Amino acid sequence: MKITIKRGDSYEIYELEDGSYTLLEALNKIKREIDNTLSFSSGCRSSVCGSCAMRVNEKEVLACSYKVQDGDSVEPLNNMPVVRDLVVDMDKSYEMNVKAKAWIKSFNDEAVLDHEAEKINEVQSDCILCGSCYSSCPVYAVNGEFLGPFSLTRVWKYVSDKRENDAAEKIETIQTNGIWDCTLCNNCTVVCPQNISSKADIEKLRVRSSMFGYSDPNFGSFGGGFDGGFGFDGSPSF
Amino acid sequence: MKTDVLIIGAGGAGLMAAIAAKEEGVDVLVLTKEYPTRSQTCMAQGGMNAALGNVAEDSVESHIQNTLKSAHGEADEESIRFMCSEAINAVEYLDSIGVCFSRTGDGKIAQRRLGGASAPRACYAQDYTGLKILHTLYDRANALGIKFVNDTFLLEVLKDEDGKACGAKVLDIRSGELKTYIAKTVILATGGYSRIYDKYSTNSTASSGDGIAAALRAGAKLKDMEFVQFHPTGLKNSSILISESARGEGGYLLNSKGERFTDELAPRDEVSRAIDEQIKKGEDIFLDIRHLGEQFIDEGLPQERKLAKLYENVDPVHDLIPIKPVAHYTMGGIAVDHRSQTNVERLYACGECANHNVHGANRLGGNSLLEIVVFGREAGRNAAKTAKEVESLSVPAHTECFLDREFTNTVDFYKYKEKIGNLLYNKVGIVRKKSELKSALEELEMVKSLLPQMGWSDSSEIYNTNKQEFLEFRNIVEVSEVVIQSALGRDESCGAHYMEAE
Ligand SMILES: Cc1cc2nc3c(=O)[nH]c(=O)nc-3n(C[C@H](O)[C@H](O)[C@H](O)COP(=O)(O)OP(=O)(O)OC[C@H]3O[C@@H](n4cnc5c(N)ncnc54)[C@H](O)[C@@H]3O)c2cc1C
Ligand code: SF4
Ligand code: SF4
Ligand code: FES
Repeated sequence: MKITIKRGDSYEIYELEDGSYTLLEALNKIKREIDNTLSFSSGCRSSVCGSCAMRVNEKEVLACSYKVQDGDSVEPLNNMPVVRDLVVDMDKSYEMNVKAKAWIKSFNDEAVLDHEAEKINEVQSDCILCGSCYSSCPVYAVNGEFLGPFSLTRVWKYVSDKRENDAAEKIETIQTNGIWDCTLCNNCTVVCPQNISSKADIEKLRVRSSMFGYSDPNFGSFGGGFDGGFGFDGSPSF
Repeated sequence: MKTDVLIIGAGGAGLMAAIAAKEEGVDVLVLTKEYPTRSQTCMAQGGMNAALGNVAEDSVESHIQNTLKSAHGEADEESIRFMCSEAINAVEYLDSIGVCFSRTGDGKIAQRRLGGASAPRACYAQDYTGLKILHTLYDRANALGIKFVNDTFLLEVLKDEDGKACGAKVLDIRSGELKTYIAKTVILATGGYSRIYDKYSTNSTASSGDGIAAALRAGAKLKDMEFVQFHPTGLKNSSILISESARGEGGYLLNSKGERFTDELAPRDEVSRAIDEQIKKGEDIFLDIRHLGEQFIDEGLPQERKLAKLYENVDPVHDLIPIKPVAHYTMGGIAVDHRSQTNVERLYACGECANHNVHGANRLGGNSLLEIVVFGREAGRNAAKTAKEVESLSVPAHTECFLDREFTNTVDFYKYKEKIGNLLYNKVGIVRKKSELKSALEELEMVKSLLPQMGWSDSSEIYNTNKQEFLEFRNIVEVSEVVIQSALGRDESCGAHYMEAE
């Protein structure tokens, strides 16, 4: 079988044995036996480290969980600087977690997390930071300051966590270049290998933001959003 | 580039060390050859031990006794006591920063039983314990403003004129530049060395023992390097781990004739040896979980089903899963004292690359995640305290750079990487013989002498993984040499080191 790999501005075609194997196995074979210069990243080989995200036939996949097929066309993730071949620089997207303040700010000793509460953010905490969602996001493509899908999912994880006593700062942080910029196109959901829907998380964050007195700046006026919201006790749960 | 505490490696151990050091109020910088969340720690599924007694009676003392027993007399009781007593604290800490541990109905952290434990003691987060711990530690490090430099490969630990550690020489993988980092203290947290077994390992491709080899070159002592834990159920072709829970839930081991041949729930080393014996008789070995039923498999072992389909083209609901025992965890590592300090002043180590004397000849499932948190914190604290006492940064003494040597690149190192893996698996594997160890050492010395004829063919400075893999290969050769020498130094069987008479 033949596969095409985008390398910089050109495309290279590699001829491989027919058979049933993963794209990562194919890339390793090329690297070791055909062309030592091919660059890509990998680690766990079992879909949990997020290193091997790339695009095949214009769709984001993890190379270690995708069975390579004749005629496949492989390229690096979109919307991030390509370092070389299939390797992209994710520093900036990683940094979004810092910008979005995705962590517990104030720990609530009294919170009781039961089996039900555990389910609230179980899926969100499955994120492997593979970056597929950023690659598919039309908003991130045009606005490099957009906090983006995985960081907003992460914020929702912490905002929905009963152990967080003080979600206000996070909610404030995601008002600009955050939840209201998303077009709810759902691309991120479709490509996520962990079945996470950042779009749905963003919607939940919008609802939560309204409870804090914020409103969609694209509709109506943004002023006055800060009063009224502070009495909120955080009781509804999603 | 300068900092107070320089940490190399950003797995669970490195991140915990960074957090602890930062909390001591010093400057911290973390270097990693990948991104923090891609470290092998993300692969741990089973759980992390702590005698919380949440689902059945348990005690710290039982945890200590179980760990001591598994260690076969090769561990230090005081260290084990410390680790097991700190376990509860460690889990509470992780909970407080947001790790989503699975819960019982009444809001306690759920626990399950792993091999060798007298009670259900492993705290877990579904099938993703390591992933969730690693990511949450990363978020905490971000909250503290800890700086990371990703895609940076440790070449050498640097020392000053007095022989004290004072920084590191690294390769910036993205630009190809060599860089020097100067620090008051250095912590190595670079993970284990199971990848010396190449395709016979469950580990991440990054576990090539880089930090251990660099420590050795800097004069640090290594300890117990012969103790390599083999996991009985790696997938036959890819060595990807099929979790022990498959046997825990009632899976059978069968040979080609369809016979069961061992107690599936015996300790890992015994089961691995039983399988090895069958394989040497020419049998193929399979894991059979068909009788558990589709519904159960989809709920309890979904990852296993997916991986078996992907890598072996079998569906465990209807088919047998071909398996073989493979290298999984390395008990040996850089020798450290109670303060996580190596014999090189100002050089610390923690995590799988270090030897805190808690696993001895055999590690218990769930004790590694525990170790990285407890001793990661110790290493961070102690390195920070020492850094505070150091008045000024020292100047590194000259070290020779491996990359400046001549490499003719007439011999393909990838072929030898595979050869070393095969050699180690066959002669320094589950069952060992003196004569085979000796011949393995000879073969390895031969490979070592070929190093100048190897090299990299990719001439690009930018993201040259060919060069990086060659640097890893060098470390694999050096670490393998020590593993074989250590194995030769121990005549009798002990835990994972099993010697057979000629
Ligand atoms: C499949 C699998 C399942 C497991 N399940 C469990 C379990 O259920 N319970 C349990 O307790 N243990 C388990 N373990 C073991 C446990 O995961 C590891 O022992 C532990 O995560 C090691 O952590 P660490 O921080 O020491 O190293 P790692 O997580 O391996 O991190 C090493 C770090 O060092 C960096 N590094 C390495 N070399 C260099 C270099 N040259 N330059 C710069 N940086 C470098 C890497 O980039 C990485 O950031 C499992 C292991 C595997 C493979
Ligand atoms: S949300 Fe999904 S696609 Fe995005 S980084 Fe996480 S796992 Fe990858
Ligand atoms: S739903 Fe929003 S975050 Fe997701 S891809 Fe579309 S615009 Fe981006
Ligand atoms: S190699 Fe880890 S996700 Fe593919």
